[in-house]
This record gives sequence, C-alpha cells and structure tokens, in this order.
Amino acid sequence: MSDASAPKAVSGPLNFLDERLGSTNFFQRNVKKVFPDHWSFMLGEIALYSFIILLLTGTFLTLWFHPSMEEVVYNGSYTKLKGVQMSDAYSSALHISFDVRGGLLMRQIHHWAAVLFMASILAHMLRVFFTGAYRKPRELNWLIGINMFILGMLEGLFGYSLPDDLLSGTGLRITQGVTESIPLVGTYIYMFLFGGEFPTGDNGDLIPRLYSLHILLIPGVILGLVTAHMMIMWHQKHTAMPSKNQSNEQVYGYPFYPVFMAKTGAYFLFTFGVVALLGAFAQINPIWLFGPYDPGAISSGSQPDWYMGVLEGALRLMPGQGTEWVIAGHTISMNVLIPALVPLGIVFGGAMAWPFIEQWITGDKRRHDINDRPRNAPVRTSIGIAAVTFYGLLWLAGANDVLADKFHVSLFGTTWFFRFAIFIGPVIAYIITKRICLGLQRKDAAIAGHGVEAGIIVMAPDGGFSEKHEPAREEELIKILSKENARPEAPATDANGIPAPSQKGPMGHLRSRLQRAMTFDDIPVEEHGEEHGHDDDHAVGSGSGPKQLGH
Amino acid sequence: MSDNKHTAGSPEPREDGGTGRVVGTPSPAKGESLLAKDGEGAKPPAGPATELDEKSAKNAERVVAAFFVLAFAASVGFIAYYIGWSGRNGGMHGVVRARESNLWLGGTLALAMLAMAFGVTIWVRRLMTSKPIIQERHEMASPADTRAAFEADFLEGAEDSGITKRPLLRRTLLLAAAPLGLAPLVLLRDLGPLPEKRLRSTFWGEAVKKAKAEGKQGVRLVVDGTNAPLKVSDFNSPGGMITVLPEGIEEAPEAANEIAKAVTILINVPAEQFKPVKGRENWHVNGVVAYSKICTHVGCPAALYEQTTHHILCPCHQSTFDATDGAKVVFGPAHRPLPQLPLGVEDGYLIATDDFPEPIGPSFWERG
Amino acid sequence: MIRPTSNDDKTRTGISVKRITAWRRRPWAGYAVVLAALAAIAGLYAGFSPKTDRAEAAGTADAQADLANGRQLFNQNCASCHGLNAEGTKDAKGKPIAPSLLGVGAASVDFQVSTGRMPAMNPGAQMPRKKPIPLFDTELKTDYKEPEKREAAEKQKAAAEKNIRDLSGYIAQLGGGPSIPTSDQVDPTKGDVALGGKLFRTNCAQCHNFTGQGGALTGGKYAPPLAPKDVTPTQMYEAMLTGPQAMPVFNDTTLTPQDKQAIIAYLVQSRDEPNPGGNGLGRIGPVSEGLAGWLIGVGLMVLAAMWITAKKPKKLKKS
Repeated sequence: MSDASAPKAVSGPLNFLDERLGSTNFFQRNVKKVFPDHWSFMLGEIALYSFIILLLTGTFLTLWFHPSMEEVVYNGSYTKLKGVQMSDAYSSALHISFDVRGGLLMRQIHHWAAVLFMASILAHMLRVFFTGAYRKPRELNWLIGINMFILGMLEGLFGYSLPDDLLSGTGLRITQGVTESIPLVGTYIYMFLFGGEFPTGDNGDLIPRLYSLHILLIPGVILGLVTAHMMIMWHQKHTAMPSKNQSNEQVYGYPFYPVFMAKTGAYFLFTFGVVALLGAFAQINPIWLFGPYDPGAISSGSQPDWYMGVLEGALRLMPGQGTEWVIAGHTISMNVLIPALVPLGIVFGGAMAWPFIEQWITGDKRRHDINDRPRNAPVRTSIGIAAVTFYGLLWLAGANDVLADKFHVSLFGTTWFFRFAIFIGPVIAYIITKRICLGLQRKDAAIAGHGVEAGIIVMAPDGGFSEKHEPAREEELIKILSKENARPEAPATDANGIPAPSQKGPMGHLRSRLQRAMTFDDIPVEEHGEEHGHDDDHAVGSGSGPKQLGH
Repeated sequence: MSDNKHTAGSPEPREDGGTGRVVGTPSPAKGESLLAKDGEGAKPPAGPATELDEKSAKNAERVVAAFFVLAFAASVGFIAYYIGWSGRNGGMHGVVRARESNLWLGGTLALAMLAMAFGVTIWVRRLMTSKPIIQERHEMASPADTRAAFEADFLEGAEDSGITKRPLLRRTLLLAAAPLGLAPLVLLRDLGPLPEKRLRSTFWGEAVKKAKAEGKQGVRLVVDGTNAPLKVSDFNSPGGMITVLPEGIEEAPEAANEIAKAVTILINVPAEQFKPVKGRENWHVNGVVAYSKICTHVGCPAALYEQTTHHILCPCHQSTFDATDGAKVVFGPAHRPLPQLPLGVEDGYLIATDDFPEPIGPSFWERG
Repeated sequence: MIRPTSNDDKTRTGISVKRITAWRRRPWAGYAVVLAALAAIAGLYAGFSPKTDRAEAAGTADAQADLANGRQLFNQNCASCHGLNAEGTKDAKGKPIAPSLLGVGAASVDFQVSTGRMPAMNPGAQMPRKKPIPLFDTELKTDYKEPEKREAAEKQKAAAEKNIRDLSGYIAQLGGGPSIPTSDQVDPTKGDVALGGKLFRTNCAQCHNFTGQGGALTGGKYAPPLAPKDVTPTQMYEAMLTGPQAMPVFNDTTLTPQDKQAIIAYLVQSRDEPNPGGNGLGRIGPVSEGLAGWLIGVGLMVLAAMWITAKKPKKLKKS
C-alpha cells in the first residue's frame, strides 16, 4: 500500500461497505485489473454504451408515449396532420416530437443509438470471429453475444413499430404475412400475436403488447445477458493481440484504475456525443412525413431498419414460381418460409455452432487467450468473409429498389443479379480471401526467415549487387511468430494398424477429411536463426537472447 | 503474490528500446498463485511512475482544462437554452420551433459530451503516469481435487435426500411438476381469438349480402379517402387507377381491420388489351377491373400500377402482376395472382356483385 | 529501431519501400486509412450516381411570337415523330414510335413540353425531365442585374410561355382533351392538406415515395421525384390528369379538382417544410439512415477508439 492514507471522504464509505460486505477484498483484487489495449477491443463497448443511452432516452420517451390504438383526431401543432384520424400511439409520438421540449432530440438519439447498438454488435462479433477470440474458454460469451444480436433485432422491430406510422405498419403487415406462412400453427400465432386480425385486433391489443415487450421483457433479458457477458469477460480476462508480454499465461496492459476507467469513461462520452451529434444534425425516422398507418397506403422505398434488411432482401430474391405447395388441402408457402428462416438460420446457426465445429475438426481443446491473426487461420477467415459477403449481398438486395432508382438500372435486373450473386459471391469471396491469407503468410514466412528488405544495396566484391535484409523489429517478429503452424494430423492408425478413435466411422472420416481441408494450405512461418545467414554481419539475434538495441 | 508478477518499469509498448523489459515467460509466481487464486490484483508498480516532462505536462493540463471548460459552457448552454428560449410563447409548437430546439439542445449536448471525451482522452494520454503492468491469467478449470470433492458432496446430498432410492417420491414429484409447467401456456389462451373462418372473407361479401337483402345487386365502390361512390362514367379514362373500398366500411365495427382486408384497386385497362380469365368474362366493366390490393406474398399493398406495361407491382418485395391477365404473377416472390373482385353496374354506379372468390392476402396453412 | 550499424547508411537507396513502411507506422496512419475509406465510399457514390442528362438542345430562340399559332411549332418540333397530322407514327414492324396526339388535350402538351420531356431526344420508355429547349423554356432565369439582360430574358420567357400556349391550343383544337388547369385550381394554399396527405399516400406514394422523392419502376424506369422546386403545381395537376408515360390517369371525376388541389397542397407544403430533425438524409427512409449510422456513427466511433488506444505520445516523457 502506498504510504499516504486515503482521505476520509474516500475511506469512510469504503469502510462502511467493507465492514458489512467485505468489499475491499473485491476492490483490491480488481483495482489494477489489466486491460490490453487495441482499438478493435472497444467495438463491444459501443454496444454497451449505446444500450445505456437507449435505456436513458427510452425511459424519457415512456413518460409521454401512449401505447394505445385508440382512434383519436389529431389536434396538435403539426399542421399538416391536423384533423386526421390516427391512433393515440401515433398522436403521442407526434406530441413528443413537436410539443415536448427535447422530445424530438430524445427520439432521434434513441433511434440513432439503436442503429449504432446493432451495428457495433455486428462489428464486435466480426472482430471476435476473425481473431478467433471465441475459442475456448470464451464460447459461452460468443453464444450470449449472438443471442443479444437476435434479441436486438426483435427489440428494434417492435420499437420502430410502436409509433404506428405508415412505415412501421408496413413492417407489421409483413410480420403478419410471414407469421401466417408458418405451417400448421401460422394463423393461430397470427391471431394470438395481434389479438385478432391485423392491424388492431379485437381490442387494439397489438401496440400495448409490443410496448411491454419492447420496454420491459426484451430489454430486461438483454440487460441480464449484458451483465453475464461482462462478468464472464471480467472473470476470464480479455484476450490480447499477439505481441510482446502477451501470452496464455499473462496479460499485459494498463490497469483498470485509473487508466482503463478513464479511457472507457471517455469512450462512453464519445458514444453519447456521437449519437447526440447524429440526433442533432441528422433526421431519423421522420414519422410525421410517413403519416399515420393506413392499411391501404404504401410508399416506395419501404425498408426496415438496417438490421432487418437481410430478411427483406431474402424475401425479395425468392422466386415465387413453384415455391408454394398445396398438399392435402394445406398450403405451404416455401416462398416465404425459406427466405424468412434459411439465410439467417445459416448465418446465426452457423455462427453459434462454429466454435464447436472448429474444435471438433481440429481437435484443438486448448485454452486460447492470444488472438489469432486472421491470415493465420485462412479457412476460418475465408468462411467468415464468405458469410459477410452472403449477408452483405442480401442486405443490399433489401435495398434493391433504392439502388435501381439511384443508379437507374432495371429493378428486375438487380433482383436477377442478386439471385445469382448470393450463391456465387460467397464462393468467390472464399477463394480470394484464402489466397490473400496465404499470400500474407508467405510474406510473414519470408520476414521471419530472411528478415525485411533493408533498402540497402550491397555491392559484392565480384561486382554483383544485392539487397541487404535485416531482421524484423522484435515487435514485428513476435507478431509474425504468433502463428501456430498447422500440426500434422495424428496418424490414422497406430502401430498395430488399429484406427485411432477419432478416425472411426463415417463421422471420423468426415472429421479427418475436414481437418485435412482446414490445414492443407499452410505456409510454415519459422524463424531460421542466425545460421541460415541473414547476409549481414550485424545479425541481431532474433531468438530469446538480449538484443542489441540502439537509438 | 510478489513483485515479479508485474514488472517494475515496464516499457511503454511503443518503446522497444532502452528500459528493461520482460521476456514473455511464465512468471515464477505461478505455483504460488494457485493458493492466492483470487490474487488478481497486482500491486502498483514498485518503481517510480513514468516521469512527465513538466513543461509539456503543464501544456497538456491547460488543453484538458480548456476542453472541460468548453464542456461546462456547452452544458450551461443546454440548460440556458432550455430555460431561456425553448419555452418562449408557451413552449414548442410545430416544425420550425422543433427544428430550432433540436439543433440547440442536440448541438450543445453533443458538444458537452464530446468536449469532455476529448478532455478525458488527452488527460489519459498525456497526464496519467500509470505504466502498463503484467498480470497472470489463470486456468479456468478448478483443480481436480475440488471437482472430485464437489462430486462427492453432490452425490452424498442426493443420497441423503433419499431422491435416488425412493422412486415413488421422485416420480410423483415429476408428476406434480409437469402440469404446473403447462399452466402458463393455458393462461395465454385468451391472447387472441381462433382463426376460424376470419381470413376467408372480407367486408365486400358482407356488404354485398346486405345490399342484396335490400333488393340491390351489389355494393357500390367508393374512393378510399374521399368516400365518393364511383360511376362507370366517372372512371372512364383508359390507364386510370384508384383505390376503392365497399360503401359503408367506415361505419363497420373494427373498421381498420376490415379495410386492411377489403382494400381494392380499380384499374381501367384499355378494353382491347384486356384478356378476361375464363369464367370471369363478366367480372369487368369494359376493361375496368378490380383486384385485391393486398399482395399474395406477405400482404403489403400491391399498388404500383404502370399504365404502359399494365403491371401491378408491390413496392415491398416487387411481386409483379399482370392486370390484363387476371393479375397473374409475372415476376417476384408471390406465387398466386391477386384475387379478383367481380364487378357490375347498377344505376350507372360501379358495384361489386360478390366477395373475392378466394381468401385475400398471404397464404396460410388452412387456405388450401 | 533496430538498425544496422552506421557504415551502411551511405549506401542506402531505394527508400520508397521504407518510406511507405514508415508512413504506415506514423501515429496518424490509422485515422488516415479510415478517413480515406470513408472518402472513397463517398467518391464512389458520387461517381456512380448518374447525373441528370442536361440535354443542351440546339434550338434557336428566334421563333417569332407572331401567333402563327402552334401549327408551325408543331411542324418544326413534333411532327417528325408524331406525324404531320399528329396521328402518331409506327416503325416498320408496326411498333409505335410516337403516340397519336389526338385527344391528349392541352394539359398533356403543356406538361410534356414545359417539363422538357418533349421534344424528346430519343424515344424510350422513360422520358426524363430536362431543361426545356429555349423555345419552350418557361423556367428561364430573369433575375439579372443588368436591365437589358433582364429585359431580354423576360421577353424570351414570355415568348416561351406564349409558344407553349399556342402549341397546346393547336393540339387541343385537333382532338379535344383535358385542358390546362387554372392557376386558382392549383393554388397550393387553398388545398386541404390533411386530405391531400391521405390521398397521396394511398394513390401516389407507392411510386413517388412518402415525400415525393421518386422511386424505381420496372425496366429501369422510375417515378420522378416531385420534391424539386422546379416541379410546378400546374405540372403536378397535369400529370395526375393525363397520366404521362407509365403513370396511371386520375381523371377529374375520380379525383376531383378539389382532391387534386389537396394533393398539390400536401406536396408543396411537404417540400417546403424544413426537416426539424436536422439533415433529412434525402428523406428516403431507413436505407440512408442505416448508411449514415454505419459510415458516420461507426466511423467516428472507430476513430475515437483508435485515438484512445493509440500509443502514448513519446515526447511527453522525460528521457
């Protein structure tokens, strides 16, 4: 302990808590908790802070919002809708926008924070995937994260449905259509969800139901998951990028108090500042322009918020011919079911299963606290990029009418393009990404083996010129050598010719085939040591010995 | 727990020179740490903290202070605007004042947050003297003996409770719990009515039935929005299109639900291009034809009518139907044509003589 | 830096690789990459986004306002496609090149010519709005400082207005049809905005978008935006009345003149209304919002993250 004792204002409460909870023990253990620094480690924090902003602004909005489908005649200060029949929900949303001071700002911050929340979860998930940070022991947090994204999609859908404007009603109409298509129970779920028929049900129950889901149930679950996510992260300690001082045994970085605390505090302020900036200067969800929901009305460019765009794109691409079957008097609409379930099923199901599939294939059950560089796991990285391409193309397809309009191309042409592209694009992306990864591995191997080109031309005694190589900087080298070269597969049979347990049966065969596919392309990155001769006389030991460092 | 868990004088990450550094080998304190399992907190570095160049530190302090003052001014501005200006003439009223208020409140809020963020960031980067430290990572798994001890305790507890050796107890407990788990599902039954035949008919059918009971042939078509009944002579321009509803639907109970099913588009297809569907030869009036506006894909209003191609397109997912040919699907994700409404003429007015012949809107299991 | 000893320094050449590497290690390099990526996206959009064709029609402005009525104008500008008697023409296969103008009415002529759609540069499914040829350019700029320039422009404008009047009068006299609405009929201040909004959303927004930003149709066609100021109330009225190109017809007995006036009032008020929430992002809904959220929101946050986690500036420390 430092020799100065804490001032009374600090020690008083601490002692109070400690005598009752023994909390000082906890504080002492965590006050200097180390957090490794990397910009991409902050992406998840955007989501956390957006969520806090969502809770704050959302609470503000509930003070004026009426979750009611009661028909009212608008008599507020937005002149263009004066005298129009609308639901109480829409009318109160207009009231918040035009008559509650700061109401419009809070609405816009709320919506921008939602957009940023989902975007940062996705960005964070991509970072975790491509660096292999989901590997043991962090699979649980990976699963929690994906579930939060899915819950976020629902939360967003219900949220933008609440104001009961034309756009949100269109979203609900599509929700209704998709629900109806579920075999056997579709119409029942539809009736039970809407409390009768679209849009108001028998008693106008829909919006109150969405409201309680949106402000209580789903955020409650998300809050619980966020807490679990944070506690697990805290307990397991954060992964680190491969660099000096980072290993599976230790973590290197700035202490929680005061540095990380200040950094993360600053980042909260940045997050709030950026959404406030967007809320002040960029208009989002102008419900007064959309008008009240009217089942007979529709607008061109009716799109959902971005995170639902994938579903929208899938629905648009699915051809309707021959995809609706009537079997024994029952209708099965594959033209709705396939796009509603399959693409997101592939992306999210695949993401959830991936850590376990990878473990099964590689047999790697070790703990990993150091992140992979994406190039060092070419198959994983390529699968990831292929999935991003698939998702991205569907996402763009969800905006194909806007694309067709802005770029004056044929609307059906864009549909046909995306219909093929979602199959071909991921394959091309996979191949290209893998080549790039291997190319980067080759470059790393060259640097590790022969050093970097020094830009120094040396003239040999016989008159030939050659470029001098100097060893890479230590930092660089540690990063490069973090690659774990593919391990040869365990022999298929032991000395007595008995197949190894993991090779047995069709699953065993599949497993060993997949493992071969996964490790087949690999450029070993190894340090060649001095004897392999960097052709300079001043070889700086790249091993573990002390280095000659100079300024 | 000893000082060698973290290293005095660890270098700044950027600086790979000069100062002493730690080679990334496991710390000798590892064995010890199992005892002090919760000893995650490393003590502050024993050595002196990084010393700052006092002159540039003073500069940095001034910069940070300037940002904090700016943040203060901005948040004072926020409050001042709210109290002093936003409330004038009884608060906000309408678009122009909302715009002004949004810009001022949002702008000052953003400025306050960002100025503080900048200040704190500069503070961390230029004034905080903490150095990077090293901490151990621990194996997540508990030691084998702990696991074994827990397993033993767990089994012993199960044994003691008797649940393993008293099957009657166990089974009746399960029996008791099962229906209790189902109770909430039962409770949810009143979430909504059963679908029954609700999805099979629209207000058109009801209205036609009522009209026929009054001795008329059908129900008049009224323009959605103005509720004006349409005469044949009113809707006489080739290439015309309008959204119509059955007369009287506004007064129906649950009008919104009825409108959501009954909304219909009326199109004037040039008679020479119109190809009536077999069996529906008299469902149109000289090429004036009515289709359900609810898309058979997932139910958006299929309302985009192109006079030149006679295509009806749904703006949501671009299902495209041919108005001249019974609204047959020509492109997109819809499978079925839009249901057609049988039209007729009575006293010069356009009427519907019956309901749609099939359920409107998206497909569902019981549709058949 | 780990460096070879100094005696190699003088032989140092080929610094370019080194320089790039060195640049990449500069503290600002990361921010620069993010900013460059954002700028590239903006540039790509600007590059790919098609410009409105500004057809510079080579018409001469010396058409005399001699009331040689529309016939001469018709013969000069329209007859080549629409036929000498405005009966329309067909190509060798019998496919119409240009429709008959008999019965289209003055409203249609006024709409097509005043929006610059006619005379068309090349026939096609979509006739883009463009600057009318000088002969018919009623949107001419007249606010010149110099009196003589202003006078000339005003004169030319008056001539253009008269030309259109003469031409539409000529066509109307050939076969009748809807006439040009009076300025009172299209006065946006006299319409019922609430009704107009309802009718617009029910009958127009499916193509032209909630706020009249336009939208895609099939085959590369599009519903033109109605929000630009050069779309006049008269043109809106005429478009509804005559159904140009792919647009359906909304005749006066289906949507009464009052209904049309309401729609015009809604459109004009919508486009004149400021965006209370800041920049309207094109008023096209969630697509541009999502884009802004990703590019600006996530972009700024990544920049902030890079700054926060960047290595501390070295010079601060005592060395």
